[in-house]
Amino acid sequence: MEAATERVKTSAGTGGHNRLPALANAVVHALFVIYSIVCIVPIFLIVSVSFSDEKSVVNNGYRFIPEKFNLAAYKFLYKDIGQIAYSYGVSIAVTVIGTALSVIIIALYAYPISRPNFPHAKFFTFFAFFTMLFSGGLVPWYLVYVQMLDLKNTLASLIIPLLMSAFWVLVTRTFFKETVPAAVLESAKIDGAGELRIFFGIVIPLSMPVIATVALFQTLTYWNDWFLSLVFITDNHNISVQYLLYKMLANIQFLSSNPTAAAEIAKAGGMFNFPSETVRMALVIVGVGPIIFAYPFFQKYFIRGLTVGAVKG
Amino acid sequence: MPPTSMEALAPARAGGSGEIKPRKRSLGSILRHYWMFYLMLLPGVALLVINNYIPMAGIIIAFKNVNYEIGILNSPWVGLANFKYLFRSPDSYIIIRNTLLYNSAFILLNMTIPLAFAILLNELKNRFLSKTYQTIMFLPYFLSYIVISYLVFGFMSDEHGYLNGTLLPALGLEPVRWYFTQEVWPIVLPIINTWKGMGYYTVIYLAAIIGIDDEYYEAATIDGASKWQQIASITIPLLKPILTIMTLLQIGRIFNADFGLFFQVPRESGVLFPVTNVIDTYVYRTFLSVGDVGLSSAAGLFQSVVGFILVFFSNWVVRRFNSENALF
Repeated sequence: MEAATERVKTSAGTGGHNRLPALANAVVHALFVIYSIVCIVPIFLIVSVSFSDEKSVVNNGYRFIPEKFNLAAYKFLYKDIGQIAYSYGVSIAVTVIGTALSVIIIALYAYPISRPNFPHAKFFTFFAFFTMLFSGGLVPWYLVYVQMLDLKNTLASLIIPLLMSAFWVLVTRTFFKETVPAAVLESAKIDGAGELRIFFGIVIPLSMPVIATVALFQTLTYWNDWFLSLVFITDNHNISVQYLLYKMLANIQFLSSNPTAAAEIAKAGGMFNFPSETVRMALVIVGVGPIIFAYPFFQKYFIRGLTVGAVKG
Repeated sequence: MPPTSMEALAPARAGGSGEIKPRKRSLGSILRHYWMFYLMLLPGVALLVINNYIPMAGIIIAFKNVNYEIGILNSPWVGLANFKYLFRSPDSYIIIRNTLLYNSAFILLNMTIPLAFAILLNELKNRFLSKTYQTIMFLPYFLSYIVISYLVFGFMSDEHGYLNGTLLPALGLEPVRWYFTQEVWPIVLPIINTWKGMGYYTVIYLAAIIGIDDEYYEAATIDGASKWQQIASITIPLLKPILTIMTLLQIGRIFNADFGLFFQVPRESGVLFPVTNVIDTYVYRTFLSVGDVGLSSAAGLFQSVVGFILVFFSNWVVRRFNSENALF
C-alpha cells in the first residue's frame, strides 16, 4: 500500500491526487481568466463612462477607454451632494438597524427550537418552516403593511419585512444543535444559570461563525434591497441608494430636484449642458462603491458561511 | 405539527412537579417551566404572524370583490370570478409559460455550468489563482439587479450602448434596438441569471467536491483511470445528494420568478412583455400599476398553491428514490 502511494506521488508529482497535463492546465487557466474578465468588464465600462466627457459619450457611445477624460459627472454629483448623502444615510440606517435586529431575533428564535427537551420545539420549527412553503402573495402582504400597520413611506417599512427569515432560523438552529454540546448546557443549568444567561454567555460565543454568516447575508440583503422601496415609498423622503439609482435610470431629472442643481441647469440653458449620461454612470459607481470595496473581505466569510449548516426540516 | 406523543412531553413532566397529571395541567407546567423560551420566540413569532400568517389569511381577497370603503371582510364574495377572468385573458398563458420556461433553463444552467467550473477549479493546483478566480466570479452575486440593469444598459442601450456604438459597427453589422427586439431576451436573461449566480453555485459545488475523500481518486489513479473516468464515476456520483437538494429547492420554486431580473433588466419595455412578463411581474403590475386587486391576488394565490404542490411533489419524488436526499 505504501509503495503504491509512493508510486502515485512520484508519477503525478503531487501529494493528494493526480495532476492535469500541462497543456490542459493552461487551457483551464485561460478559461478562468477569460471568465474573470467577463465578470469585471461591465463594471469597467460604467467606470469609464463616468470619467468621460459628456459630448464624446453622446457622439460616440459608451467606450471602455474614455476618449476625453473628464470629472464633470462627479463634480455635478458633488453639487447635489445633499440628496446623495441623504440616500446614503437611509441605506446605512436601514442596513445597520435591520441587520442588528435581524440577527438577534433569528438567534433568539433558533435557540429554543434547537433544544431537544423543549416540548414545543417541533411546533415552532414547523411554524417557521411553513412560511418557506406557502405565502399569501403580494396583495394581502402589502395591505397588512399599508392598511393595518400604516407603514407607507416610513423607514420601518424598509426594515420590518426583512427582519425574520425562516431559512436563516433553520440554518442557525442546525448550527446550535451540532456545535453547542448538550452536556455543557446541562451543567450550566445545574449550576443555576438562567436560560438567558446560558444563551448569551455560552451559546452565542460558541456560535460566532453562524451569527457572522447571518449578519453578512442580511447586510447584503438590506443594502441591495429596492423592492420594499418600490412598493412602499411613494414620496421623495426615505429614498435609499438603490432606489435613487432606480429612479435615475428612468428619469435623470430626479437627482436635480435639488434647487441648487436645478438652478445650475437652468443657468446653463435647460438640459443642454447637463451631463446626464455620465452623471448616471457616476452615480452607479457611487452606489456600488461600498460593495465593491467590502466584498473581497465579505466573500471569504460568505464561502465559509455557505457550508456552515445544512437545512433539513 | 405539535408534539402529540407522550415521549415528547416526558422531559417537561420530569422538570415539573413529577406527579402524573392530566394533560391540561402538564401544558401549564410546560409553560411555567419554559417561559423564557416562549419569551425568546416572541419577536420572531410576531414577525412571522405579521409578515406571513396574516397575509395567508388574506388569500380570501382572491375570492372577493374588494371595496376598501366597507373593508375587506365586508366586501362581497364573488367565488371564482377573479380566477375565471385571469385564465380567460391571454396574459395568463404568457406569464405561466415564461415563468416555467425561464426557470427550467435557469435550473439546468445553474446545475451544469457551475458544476463544470467547480470540477475544473478543483483541478487547479495553484491555490492563489484558484482563490482569485473564485473571488472575481463571486462579484456579480453581490450586485443588486438595479446595478445589473445599468451594466446591461451600458452594453445594450439603443443610442450609446457598447454593442450598437462600437462592437456591431466594427463587425459591419446594423445596430439592433435591443429593448424593442423580443427575440434576443430569451437568450440574454438566462445569460444574466447564470452570470449572477455563477460564483455562488460554483462555491457550493466546490465545497462538496473538496469534501470527497482523496483516497477514491488515489485508488482510481492506481487503476489507471483517466480524468474523465474519475469525474464520471467518482465526482458526479458522490455529488448526487447536493445536486438533488439544490435542484429540488429550485424546482419547488419554479413557479416563482426572480422579480428583479424580469422587472429591472428589461427596463419595463412594454414591447418586450410577451417574453419578459412572468407571474411575479404580472402580480406587481396588475396590483400597483393597474390597481386590480382581485385579478392580482388571484394570480398570486394561484402561484402560491401551485408552488406549494410542486415542493411536496418534488420532495415526494426524491424521497421515493432516496429518502436521505429529501428535504423533509
